[in-house]
Formats: sequence, structure tokens, C-alpha cells
Amino acid sequence: MTATLAVEGLKVAIGAANVLRGVSLDVQPGEVRGLVGESGAGKSMLGRAVLGLLPANTSVTAGRIAFEGRDLLAMAEAERRSLLGRRIALIPQDPMTSLNPVKRIGRQIGNLLRHHLGLSKRAALARTTELLAEVAIHDPQRVLALYPHEISGGMRQRVLIAMAFACDPALVIADEPTTALDVTVQRQVLQLVERLRLRHGSAVLFVTHDLGVVAKICRSMTVLHAGRVLEEGETTNVLVRPRHAYTRALLAATPRADRPAEALRPVPPDLIDQLWSEAYRLDQVPAVGAA
Amino acid sequence: MADIAIASLAAPPSRLLAGLRRGGPRLWIGTVLVALLVLAAIFVPVFAPHDPLEQDLMSAQLPPAWMTGGDHAYLLGTDSLGRCVLSRLTYSARTAVMVALIAATLAALIGVALGLFAGSFGGWVDQSISRLIDVWMAFPPVLLSIVLATVIGAGLTSVIAAIVVIDWTRFARVIRAETMVQLTRDYAAAAQVIGLSRARLLRLEILPNLVPLLVTLLAVEMGIAILVEVILSFVGISVAGDTPTWGSMIAEGRQIVYQAPWIMALPIACIITSVIGLNLFGDGLRLALDPVQRS
Repeated sequence: MTATLAVEGLKVAIGAANVLRGVSLDVQPGEVRGLVGESGAGKSMLGRAVLGLLPANTSVTAGRIAFEGRDLLAMAEAERRSLLGRRIALIPQDPMTSLNPVKRIGRQIGNLLRHHLGLSKRAALARTTELLAEVAIHDPQRVLALYPHEISGGMRQRVLIAMAFACDPALVIADEPTTALDVTVQRQVLQLVERLRLRHGSAVLFVTHDLGVVAKICRSMTVLHAGRVLEEGETTNVLVRPRHAYTRALLAATPRADRPAEALRPVPPDLIDQLWSEAYRLDQVPAVGAA
Repeated sequence: MADIAIASLAAPPSRLLAGLRRGGPRLWIGTVLVALLVLAAIFVPVFAPHDPLEQDLMSAQLPPAWMTGGDHAYLLGTDSLGRCVLSRLTYSARTAVMVALIAATLAALIGVALGLFAGSFGGWVDQSISRLIDVWMAFPPVLLSIVLATVIGAGLTSVIAAIVVIDWTRFARVIRAETMVQLTRDYAAAAQVIGLSRARLLRLEILPNLVPLLVTLLAVEMGIAILVEVILSFVGISVAGDTPTWGSMIAEGRQIVYQAPWIMALPIACIITSVIGLNLFGDGLRLALDPVQRS
């Protein structure tokens, strides 16, 4: 079975600084994979590289990004664009700014449907109404006629989720979709993503720094640190028996009601190579791993 | 379907009202002044009391009707050739409005196209367009317009051409900067991620966000176009000599400013009112058009 997304040895540099230093990662059809790491670990950069949204001074220096077996980096621009929004979709981080402020909700979703599926205006309108109902917006017909600033952040995120799943994508990249929302809305959004991905049969790459979210919805996870994969595997395995000291530190830094959180200390750059060495593999250093 | 139609019909009136409220007094005053100017320009043949060229040497340099020695036949008095000042002022508005509308629109078209181009492509495209703008703007505009009008020859077309040639840079520069800003916004990235090409991205997503800014620029530019036309006609290189313009009226009035100050004062008042009106109108409209309320 071809992986929905297969990233192999991806290296990305901003100017002279390497942000991704040989990342490999698979997302199988229908899989939900969590991609975690502290700020600056390169997790968003990976998502952006897949979407072809790298900032201007950034370049891919090595590696391959294959979507359903086809290399996205080698593909013609027009072909890549026809995949975006249709086969590969994004749920962006900040719902407050990710919708065009001067276009009504109905038109934004409608344009997407007409662009990719070639629907007529009327069919697009009908489909848009369905999509909004699917993301639990109660009066879709009223919301269609509203501008983004006239609805709440949670509602906007639901509109963006509806747009992401609108064309039955094979892969949805969720770039910290819950960080900008408050906790009560977060839960609803997660449930929604879970429900829609099942209905549309999409795989999800869930970029987040929230291990709680990963535990809740991801079957497998990848831990990224300073542009390199430190650990990956089934979520339960990684969380219960972390094989790397960094993962354990990440877990210890997660706020919990029953114990004080430990501060996650950044690793000084000159020690990063040491951190990557085998010495920090917990399964090889039993003394540190005793939790 | 019917429900949708009702929903979309039901929402706008309140939005329209909210927009008008956001526009505030600027919008009201601006609209009234601009409307007066445009109405005067369109309907002048209907209500102008006299032919603007008709001379009545027996009643030259009459003061406005309410001053001593004024004649009710000439509401705002007459000039040194006995031509009706009111008629000449309103006929001049016609030239002014025409120049303002056409020149500003053409300058906007060129400027927006180049600005979008520079702002979205960046790199050497941006560099060459930006340097061109810099060089262009280094020329003193009035001097440039006088040179142009002299080279192309007098007439309405050359006045318009001169304004367009000079002032497209104003649009290009602002639109370039704003395009760059809008492209860094998340919604632009989101639009790229749904697979829009650059051209569609600019047309469907970016351009609508530039409209409030463009409206302000257009209004300001119309004011400037009126001023440039006044300057050119003041020095006598605008439209043909027998067409009344505010600039030529000022030039004529200047020679007899001690005997008949109103002949010079009235066109100046017209110019000031039009330019202020256009600026207020543009400003108010920008506030009213912006769906995201910004204080």
C-alpha cells in the first residue's frame, strides 16, 4: 500500500540555518499522525514544505516529499496546485486571520468548490450549506451571508475545517488548529476533525505541541527536535514508554492537575548533537529511564 | 434556495446602515459636496443663467447680486468682459469633473496593475518597477506636466494624459506596499493552499482587500487632478481658450483683483470646496466600505 504521505530525508534551510535536517515520516491512508515538538523544532516548517508554502528565503536542500507515490517537489506547478485544496488540505492555525475578511463565508467556500469540483453556482451553494451543517453550524443559511468578522473564532475554525474536508482530501494537515482557541472550543474542534476524517476517509497530519491532544486523537506520533526526528511510534507506546530522554522531558513539561510541571529547558545548540546521540536513548540507559 | 435568498437579502440593509454610520459626518459632507459638483457638471446647460461666452460689455465687472451695484440677472456678478461668473464657474466644473474622473481612473488602472505586479512578484520585477517609480517621482510634477502639455499640445486629452503620466506612480507605490502586506496575511496563504494560481489569488483574494484603500487614493487623486488642471489652465496650456476653466478664471481675475476681487475669489472657493469634498468623500467611503471595523 502506498503511503498517503512519505517524507524522506527532507532538509530545509532558511538562508544558512538548517531548520529541517533530514526528516523522514510516513502517513498511511486513514492514519492520524501527531507531529510534536517544542517551538522551533520545525514541525510547522514540515507542514509548510508539504503544502509548498515555504517562506521566500527558504529552500529544500535535500529529500523527497511523496504524496500517494508522486514527488510533490518534482511535480509541475499546475499539477501540484490541482492537488492542493482537493487532495491535500490545510486546517490553518489561526482561524481569526485565515479567512478573507472582505468575502462572505458562502462565497469563500463556494469558490473553492467551483474551482476544484467545477460545480455550478447553484450546486456549490447547496453543497456549501451541507458542509456547514456537517461542521455543526446550526443555521448555515444565515452564516453563508455573513462576513468572517461577524462570527466567533470557534465558528470560523469550523468553517475552515469544512473547507479543508470539502473535496474529500486524502491528506489533511492540521497546523495547530486548536492553539488559538479556548479550551472548551478545542474539544469540540477535535471531535469535529475526528468525525469528518472518518466520514471523508482522510489521513491527518496533526501538528501540535499539545501532547494531550495527541493522546486523544492520534494513533501514531513523531517527536521532532531541532529539525530531526527523535522518536516515533504508536502514540500509546511513545507516551507510556518514551525511548528518548527528550520525549520524557516533553511529557514532564505537560501541565497536569496532579503534579507540578517541570520546565522544559532548551538544549544549547552545541549540545544538540549529543542529544541526538545514542546516549540519550532511554532503552539503552536504564538508569535514566526509571520513571 | 428561497430561504437563502431571504437570508442574504435580510442581512445587507443593516450592514449598509452600519457602513453609513461608520462613514460619519465625513461621508455625509463629502457626499453632498461631490454630488453638488457632479450635478453642476452634468446639468449646467439646463440651469446656467447665461451662455458662459456671451459678453455684455455694458455690464462688465458687476459685483455679485447681494452687493451694492449688483444685478439680479448676474447672481455672482460678471467678469471684465461682462460674462456671467456663475455660468462660467459651473461650466468650468464640467471640465474639472471630466478631467478628475478620467485622469484618476486611468492613473489608477496603470498604477494598480504595476503595483500588483511589483508587490506580488518581488525580486527583480519589483526592483525595476520600484526604481522606475523612484526616478519618475524625482521629477517635479508641475514642471513635468507643463513640459508634457507643451509637447503634446493643448487640449483636454493632453491635460488628462499629463496627469496620468505623472500620477500613476502614486497608485503603484501604495498598491505595491499593500499587496505585499496582504500577501503575508494568513488568508492569502490559505488561498494558496487551496490551489489558486497567482493571477487568481490576486484577482479574487487580494484585490477585494485593496478596495477601501483604492477608494481613498482615487478620491485624493481626483482632487489632485482638479488642481493640476487648474494649474495648467492658469498658465494657459490646458483646454482651448474659449472653454471656461477655474484656472483661466483665476488668471483673468488676477489682473483686476483690486477692482473686482470676487472674480478671482469665486473660482478659488470652488476649487477648495471640490478638493475638500472629494477628500472627505473618499475618507468616509473607505470607513464605510471596510467590513472589518477599525477604529
